[in-house]
Amino acid sequence: MKYTVMINEGPYQHQSSDTALQFVRAALEKGHEIFRVFFYHDGVNNGTRLSVPPADDRLLQKEWSELGLEHGLDLVICIAAAQRRGLMDESEAKRQGLDADNIIEGFRISGLGQLIEGGIQSDRTIVFGD
Amino acid sequence: MAMLHIVNKSPFEKVTFDSCLGHASAGDSILMIEDAAVGAIDGTAFADKLKAAMADKSVYVLAGDLTARGLSEDRIIDGIKTVDYAGFVDLTADNETTQSWL
Repeated sequence: MKYTVMINEGPYQHQSSDTALQFVRAALEKGHEIFRVFFYHDGVNNGTRLSVPPADDRLLQKEWSELGLEHGLDLVICIAAAQRRGLMDESEAKRQGLDADNIIEGFRISGLGQLIEGGIQSDRTIVFGD
Repeated sequence: MAMLHIVNKSPFEKVTFDSCLGHASAGDSILMIEDAAVGAIDGTAFADKLKAAMADKSVYVLAGDLTARGLSEDRIIDGIKTVDYAGFVDLTADNETTQSWL
């Protein structure tokens, strides 16, 4: 079965990004296809590469990145939500005249249309958030 | 068309679980995850409401979220089934639609 997963919560808000990560892992293990993971609202904070938590803390951003690269997942960050929160890829930073970008490997920035397309193309759309 | 209702808030804190019970139809499934796992415990002010809903709906709780809150499975309402993440995925596949009560 084909899934789109939507995540509306950042890694340090509550539990939803953790739940979604476990859900996606379990779905992949069962042989389902993850068509897209769409990060919206504070969920875009899952896509920064500049987080440095204490050494004994989980680093969800890296776990998403590694899972995405391992399985070729399409990890999409909403552009409007990202701009509000200071999350930039190289081209967006350049376009905005900013001096740095911070998106983690395996993620890309795009628009809300990607979520709608995910809903149309997938058998199931599962929403995680606070 | 059966729907899976995913609830992630404690019924003692937010009204989303109540809203879910008010909207879920006969034959639907309800899955408690995250803070909603406390709603599975028997003998609480919320338990009778959930038991009433169980007359025509299937109710599940994510086992890991129960134990993460120090709650053992022998304290949950009779008839509530525990699932792991694989079981969570199966529920989303078996039900045609899913509603997350955020």
